[in-house]
Amino acid sequence: MIKKMMHGNEACAYGAIIAGCRFFAGYPITPSSEIAEELAVLLPQVEGKFIQMEDEIASMAAILGASLNGIKSLTATSGPGFSLKQENIGYACQTEIPCVIVNVQRGGPSTGSPTMPSQEDFMQSRWGTHGDHFIVVLSPSSVQETFDLTVKSFNISEKYRTPVILLMDEIVGHMTEKMILPEPGEIEIIDRKKPSVKPEDFRPYENTEDGVPPMAAFGSGYRHHVTGLMHDETGFPTNNSEIIQKQKDRWKKKFDLARDTVVFTELTDAEDMEYLVFSYGSSARCTRKAVKIARENGLKVGSMKALTLWPFPGKELEKVSRGLKGIVVAEMNMGQAIREVERAVGKNVKVLGANRYDGESMHPDDILSVIEKF
Amino acid sequence: MKTEIVLSYLRKDKLPHIWCPGCGHGIILGSMMRAVHKTGWKKDDIALVSGIGCSSRTPGYVDFNTLHTTHGRSLAFAAGIKFSNPRLNVISVMGDGDAVAIGGNHFIHAARRNLNITALVFNNYIYGMTGGQFSPTTPYKAIASTTPYGNIDKNFDIPSLAIGAGAGFVARSTAIHVPGLDDIIYQALNYDGFSVVEIISFCHVQYGKRNKLKTPLSMIDWLKSIALPIAAYEKLGEEQRRDKIPIGIFKNIPTEEYSQKYIKEIIDPNKSKDSILKDYCKAKLYDL
Repeated sequence: MIKKMMHGNEACAYGAIIAGCRFFAGYPITPSSEIAEELAVLLPQVEGKFIQMEDEIASMAAILGASLNGIKSLTATSGPGFSLKQENIGYACQTEIPCVIVNVQRGGPSTGSPTMPSQEDFMQSRWGTHGDHFIVVLSPSSVQETFDLTVKSFNISEKYRTPVILLMDEIVGHMTEKMILPEPGEIEIIDRKKPSVKPEDFRPYENTEDGVPPMAAFGSGYRHHVTGLMHDETGFPTNNSEIIQKQKDRWKKKFDLARDTVVFTELTDAEDMEYLVFSYGSSARCTRKAVKIARENGLKVGSMKALTLWPFPGKELEKVSRGLKGIVVAEMNMGQAIREVERAVGKNVKVLGANRYDGESMHPDDILSVIEKF
Repeated sequence: MKTEIVLSYLRKDKLPHIWCPGCGHGIILGSMMRAVHKTGWKKDDIALVSGIGCSSRTPGYVDFNTLHTTHGRSLAFAAGIKFSNPRLNVISVMGDGDAVAIGGNHFIHAARRNLNITALVFNNYIYGMTGGQFSPTTPYKAIASTTPYGNIDKNFDIPSLAIGAGAGFVARSTAIHVPGLDDIIYQALNYDGFSVVEIISFCHVQYGKRNKLKTPLSMIDWLKSIALPIAAYEKLGEEQRRDKIPIGIFKNIPTEEYSQKYIKEIIDPNKSKDSILKDYCKAKLYDL
């Protein structure tokens, strides 16, 4: 066990390398640049590759190229760069290439507030690229969680052949606090499954029982074709509507089966709660304080922190919402997760938003003043 | 015999290809396969990467590790493949719009960076797949579906662009100078660094029909009349050079390849290791 003071971006870099990441491509952008800087130092020490590309589009393309070689790959960015990456995030969804994309959020739209915290990319992280697709989004609220969720992001991406977005925010990225690294053997590390059939029998998009086809690295003897066009089980383009629907249904099956293993939430002060504060990322830190103050004032308030944003933990939320007098959704945007919360709990519980979108971090009063409205 | 060589590299069950009868791209594909055959590379060790467009359908027909990416991004994907596994021989196939319009940024930076990738630009002066819009290489005054009154855009000279961006091997040939094309592609494949070959192809369907070159034969005759060896081109006066295209190798100088430089200068096993990584990364976590 190692105890160390670190900032969030640094913890992300260590988490990536310990998870097995050996390739990073990126483009400088505040407030995520320290991830690139840290990996420029660390990756060569483990014979990994670091490359600074000409833009975010190219960085996203490069990590997919590396992942096709069987190498765990990462890129990191913020709002404007996240928008540029969407093109090839869609390619990763279509071709099921494992990779991890970190977005250390800033306020937007456009250049917005590069040095100020925000959680305005909640919806973009799910629906940023065009077309029907599935994706997993995790969001840490502390340095420790940044490390843990970076490792988990790689594991999920490898296990389910999917891009995973690690949605950080400026506060978590730049905050320094204590982090505990478990013993090396105690960290679960998952690698993608490889084909065991003869190369001529290999079908890169086979409809397996779990919906996850084995993946062969380029150069491993399993020559195959990868395309962003809709394709059949062999990987070649198709216009056959029956096959297109089958492929998309398999994606859905894969994510339906994966759902419960990738959704993480933390429920606190729930035993006697009459009100619940739902939050994620750095807003969840503020929620903790707000709940404490509310309880000191005699209000029975509990909280749910979502570590997974997508798939949205609606099921978990619905279960604990029955009989509540109200739910507050605390987030640093004009109200994004609140739509999902309302959808999950229906009309049975009143839902109000505590929103901060002026570039300042959430304050406990922002939440307490909303609880008073019920 | 030569046909058999080409066929031995193709995914025969994927034929016939989608290119229109009379398209120049199939001839270039043949040249590529003969050049690859001459290198002796194993199919397993070759990655063929493309973007979007007519030429970018090439990888689907070839029995290598093949990747059909997003529009303009071929070289960016290729960079990730080559840099992460330098053992692979990486070839990137692009069209004119793919390489120097939407992918222009990746093109110049690939030339500057100098990873060992062979970039083959199939230039047919037009966006064929989308129905004949003008591209950055469409000649002045030419008619396209989006230049109905004649093109007023200045066009790119791809070899000059590649040389300006720092590529070490730069050449141009055409789909009708086949023995020469075979040799130029072979030299480009063998070059240790970023190499660019512009190959003038022809599209009578989208370009020719709008520009008084309605048949493949008339396009071939046109190419014959405009292409000449670099040495012959240089002897011409400025007025005579107009409408002519020099073909051959413009630049071929040894350079230091990027991934080799990275391995030599950046990865140093004797460098002191970060204390955390010492405990957590004793062994390589992946095995290629």
